Order: sequence, then structure tokens, then C-alpha cells
Amino acid sequence: MSLINPGFGLIIWMTIALLVVLFVLKKYAWKPIMNALKEREDSIEESLRAADRAKEEMKELKLDNEKLLREAKDERDAILREARKIKDKLIEDAKEKAGIEAGNIVENAKVRIENEKKAALVEIKNTIATYSIEIAEKVLREELKDKKKQEEYIRTLLKETSLN
Amino acid sequence: MSDKSGVKRTVYHLGLLILISLFLSGNLAAQHHADNPVINEEDQHKMEEADFQAGELIIEHISDSYDWHIIDFGNTHISIPLPVILYDDGQWHVFMSSNFHHGHDAYKGYFISHEDMNSGKIVKLDEAGHEVRPTLDVSITKNVVAIFLSSLFLIIIFVSVARSYNKRRDHAPKGLQSFLEPIIIFVRDDIAKASIGEKRYEKYLPFLLTIFFFILLNNIMGIIPFFPGGANVTGNIGVTGVLAAFTFIITTFSGNKNYWTHIINAPGVPWWLKIPVPLMPIVELMGVFTKPFVLMVRLFANITAGHIIILGFISLIFIFGEMSAGLGYGVSVISVGFSIFMDFLELLVAFIQAYVFTLLSALYFGMATEEAHH
Repeated sequence: MSLINPGFGLIIWMTIALLVVLFVLKKYAWKPIMNALKEREDSIEESLRAADRAKEEMKELKLDNEKLLREAKDERDAILREARKIKDKLIEDAKEKAGIEAGNIVENAKVRIENEKKAALVEIKNTIATYSIEIAEKVLREELKDKKKQEEYIRTLLKETSLN
Repeated sequence: MSDKSGVKRTVYHLGLLILISLFLSGNLAAQHHADNPVINEEDQHKMEEADFQAGELIIEHISDSYDWHIIDFGNTHISIPLPVILYDDGQWHVFMSSNFHHGHDAYKGYFISHEDMNSGKIVKLDEAGHEVRPTLDVSITKNVVAIFLSSLFLIIIFVSVARSYNKRRDHAPKGLQSFLEPIIIFVRDDIAKASIGEKRYEKYLPFLLTIFFFILLNNIMGIIPFFPGGANVTGNIGVTGVLAAFTFIITTFSGNKNYWTHIINAPGVPWWLKIPVPLMPIVELMGVFTKPFVLMVRLFANITAGHIIILGFISLIFIFGEMSAGLGYGVSVISVGFSIFMDFLELLVAFIQAYVFTLLSALYFGMATEEAHH
């Protein structure tokens, strides 16, 4: 029975001890421990969130990069297409121009040839005329060596002329 | 290789435990089988009760006492005398318990009772020859010393842990800190937060942590059979009563309108249970007191019962030993085995009871502060 008959002194000392322990631990142990725990939990939480955010950013950055790359490719293709077009046009133009030029040259050449031909013909005519006159002179000279013949010839000539 | 060494270590530990148990039982034997021819007063007393009294021995071991018995060598009793502080007949008496000579002598008319209700406590004889307690007995008894020591340990341990928290801010815990941190977090998250709620738990957390570790430390120190353990602190109804009283006081003072409404005029209960005979209010009001009462009894009974069983097993050795020495040695093997098993069980109980006491306290605080919900 003495077991359930607590000593009064024990109760008093126990109360005092518990109050002291409670007070001291509350002030010097639980408060700093709880604060430190909470701080650490917060910092871990914060770090995890920051890591998540960084991951998200990385993803976005990658997407951005891909987009940029795609855009660059498109632009390059566009530029290439444009260049090809310009090149084709240039060649086309050049060809056309060359054709026209060639035509012109041919035309000019033709004109010149015609002119040369004409000039040549004129010259030939002149030369032939000169030669003819010379020959005729020579022939006449030969023919008209004697007077008789001269007269005869003039008569023929005159005849012919009158006939014409 | 590691398996082998593990087994070796286990065997070694078991051997050590058995040795310790045998050593302790040896002490008990010396205490109760002193038949030295040199008879002094103490032995004379012992001769009168030469028969081994298991019940007395057990009660003696789980009760509070005025000195701290350490060890016996033959007839030499080594114990730490503790101060006795009495207030009686309008004056203080302060003296060391060694004046009682281990409870056999009277000093200034005071002596240690061996009678039923006051057994083990200081009494004096009144005119009619009845044993009466002095008006006030605030002696520093064995349990008081154990309480002071464990309080000191608690303060040293947790203040140093708090210091290492301050020193290693935002770093992983280390050493003692990493051992205690999971327990602290367990008390915070699974006891306080879970029972009281996210909003209000912080106010009660210091108390819950303190009683948890106080009970746990004293439970464990109670299992350790030698100084500074061995005092049956949490198996003392005065100690558990004070702990329960703290819970009761905090619960009562935290009680909000909703709490008292539930006690005086519980909603959802038929009116004829309240008027004309206030049956429900009486039951509810009794509940207010039975809750801490049950807290007190549960812890006291669990710890005391564990100690009684272990001491019972050890006593068996001497009961059989009185019949014949060989029988005593034979029984000792079984007894020690069972005692070791009980020690492990008590270790488990030490944690469970600390947890249960704290959890129930937290639940009561939670009930007292719960907001009305419809």
C-alpha cells in the first residue's frame, strides 16, 4: 500500500525540478532547436524550389535555343532561296543582254558589210570604168592610128548613137 | 566474416548482461544471507528476518528511500546518505539519513516505519503509541536525487544540443544532435502537430518535449540497476501524479468556450440526459479528472510492474537457493534469461510509455483548444 502513498516532499521537489527543467529547456534548448530546425527546413525547401526553378529555366532556355536555331535555319534557307533567285535572274538578264548585244553586233556587222560591199562595188565599178576607159583609149588609139579608120569608127559610133 | 563477428559480439553482450545480473543477484544474496558471527546491531535485525522475503525485497527496491543504497560487501553496506528535512511541532529538523543506520535506529524520536501505509517513510510515535508522519517531510530522498540528476542530465544534453544547432546552422546534424533530432521531430510532427493542430501546437511543444524526454530518461535510468540509475522515479505515483497534474492544469487553463460547452452542455445529446438530472455534465466533468488520473496510474503501473517482474525473477533464485544451493544456481540460468528478456521489454515500454503519456497530453490539449466545427 505504501506504493500508492506518495511522499509529500517528493511531490514538492518533483514540481520544482520539473518547473526548472521546463523553464531552462524552453528558453535555452527548445527555442533555439526549433528555430534552427525551422530555419533549416525552410532553407532546404527554398533550395529545392530554386533547383526546380533552375530546371524550369533550363527547359525554357533549351526551348528558346531550339526556336532560335530553327529560325536561323529558316532564315538561312530563305537567304539561299533568294540568292538562287537572284542568281537565276542575273544569268537570265545576262543572257538576254548578251543576246541583244549579239544581235546588235550582227546587225552592225551586217550594215558594215553592206556598206563595205557597196563601197567595194563602187570601187570595183570605178576601177572597171577606169580600166574600161584605159582599154578603150588603148583600143581607140590602136584603132585610130590611121585616119581612115578613125573616120570610119566615128561614123559607126555616130550611127550607133543616133540609133540609140 | 562480418556475420561471424556480429554473432560473436551478440554472445559477448549477452555474456556481459548475465555477468552483471549474477553480480547484482550476488549482492542481494549477501544482503539476505549475512550469517557472520560478528553480530552488530544491523545483523541482529537481519537475523530476525533471516528468511528471504521476496515481497519485502521487491517493495524495498521499487520504493523511495532516505538513502541511496549502492552495494553490499558481506556486512558492509555502502550507501549514500541523503539529507532528511522535517518540519514538525513548529520547528525544522535537518540531519543526514545515515543517523538511521539503514533504517534500524531511531533518531530524535523519528524512525523509518515498517508498517503498512507508511512503510519506508519517516514516522514518530504519538502519545497513544501510533506511528504518525511529521507535519512536513521534504527530505531529499533517493527519488528526489534521481529527479535532480536526470533534470541536470536533460539540461546538459539539450542545452549542448541547442548549442550545436546554433554552431552548425543550416548544416546536417552531427553526433548527439543527429541522434536526438529524429525524436524531437517525431514529437513535434507526429505528436504535437498531429494532435493539437498546425496553428496552436507551438505553444505546447516545449512542455510536450520536456515531459517526453523527462519520462524517457527516467524510464531508462530506472532500468539501469546501479547508480545513477536504479531509482524508480517514473514508477513512483507522486512523480507521475505531478506530471499528470501539469497536463491537467495546462488543459484546464487552455480550455476554450467550445471545450467547456462540450462538458456542461454537450451538443447532440438528448435533453433528458441533462435535465432534470445532469447526467451527461456529471460524466463529462468526471472525465476531466479521470483523464489525468489515468495518465498518472498508467505510467506508474507500467513501470512498477516491469520492475516487479524483473525483481521477481531475481528473487526466484534466492527462494530456490534457500532450499538448496544447487537448485538456486540452476534456477538462476532461467531467471537471468527471463530478466534479460524483461529488460528488453522494459526498454520498449520505456519508449512506449513516454510516447503514450506525451501523445495523450497532446490530445487533451488539442481537445481543449479545438474550435467548434459544424
